[in-house]
Amino acid sequence: MRYFISLSLTLAILWLGLSGVYKPLLFILGGLSIALVVWLTERMEVLGAEHDPGLWSWRLPVYWAWLLWQVVLANLMVARAVLSRKPVTPSLFRVPARQHTLVGRVTYGNSITLTPGTVTTCLRNGDDEIEVHALLPEAADDLHSGAMARKVDWLEGRQR
Amino acid sequence: MAESLVDIISMLLLLGGGLFAVIGGIGLLRFPDVYTRLHAGSITDTLAPLLIVSGLVLQSGFSLLTFKLLLILLFLLFTTPTASHATARAAMIAGIKPVGGEKTGDKGASSSNT
Repeated sequence: MRYFISLSLTLAILWLGLSGVYKPLLFILGGLSIALVVWLTERMEVLGAEHDPGLWSWRLPVYWAWLLWQVVLANLMVARAVLSRKPVTPSLFRVPARQHTLVGRVTYGNSITLTPGTVTTCLRNGDDEIEVHALLPEAADDLHSGAMARKVDWLEGRQR
Repeated sequence: MAESLVDIISMLLLLGGGLFAVIGGIGLLRFPDVYTRLHAGSITDTLAPLLIVSGLVLQSGFSLLTFKLLLILLFLLFTTPTASHATARAAMIAGIKPVGGEKTGDKGASSSNT
């Protein structure tokens, strides 16, 4: 029941934010579409703990801010590599991923990919490692230092 | 005065975004293989839209438009890693070997998971 409420609320905010025209007809249409989507997710049985849009904690914005900063730093690094004349030295390696939840691991993998200079090439269920392709040795060192993994652990913290 | 200051900042952000998009494009042409080009492409995917959307937010002022622009950014930042990963994974499965040395030397393990 909690899922239904949180999903409906999220969808309602999305609708109101995107529409901008507040007339009765549009409210009715919006309500109908939300009901349809909620009904569909119920039928598809995708609404569970992993897909709960109400699973937001205060840690998420903090993590996003940190990640955005990392992304900016990594961008500058890669941009410098693009513009310098030295050939790049890419590498393929594995880093441990010991987050308890699947969502935590996927978050870690996606964060690695989002940061330029590193791409997750393989993340398997039941594997405690992520396979990563890195463009620069510096980017690889950053990952080996485990700063991002610790940050994801922290993000996971309260969500059990 | 304040207006023009906002205009100048947003102009700089937009120009910066465009510049990084071009740098990403140069990298795309310069780098040797699929995987390294993917890294260059991710500049165009992350920092360029970040700067461009920030510039546009400054232009739009605080309104419903801001919300929409930020949503675009959010969806972009959520979907591009998925696309990059899918490309890298597909290249792996197709058996394309990345250029450059392996750091840990477990190539056997990584190429057998197709």
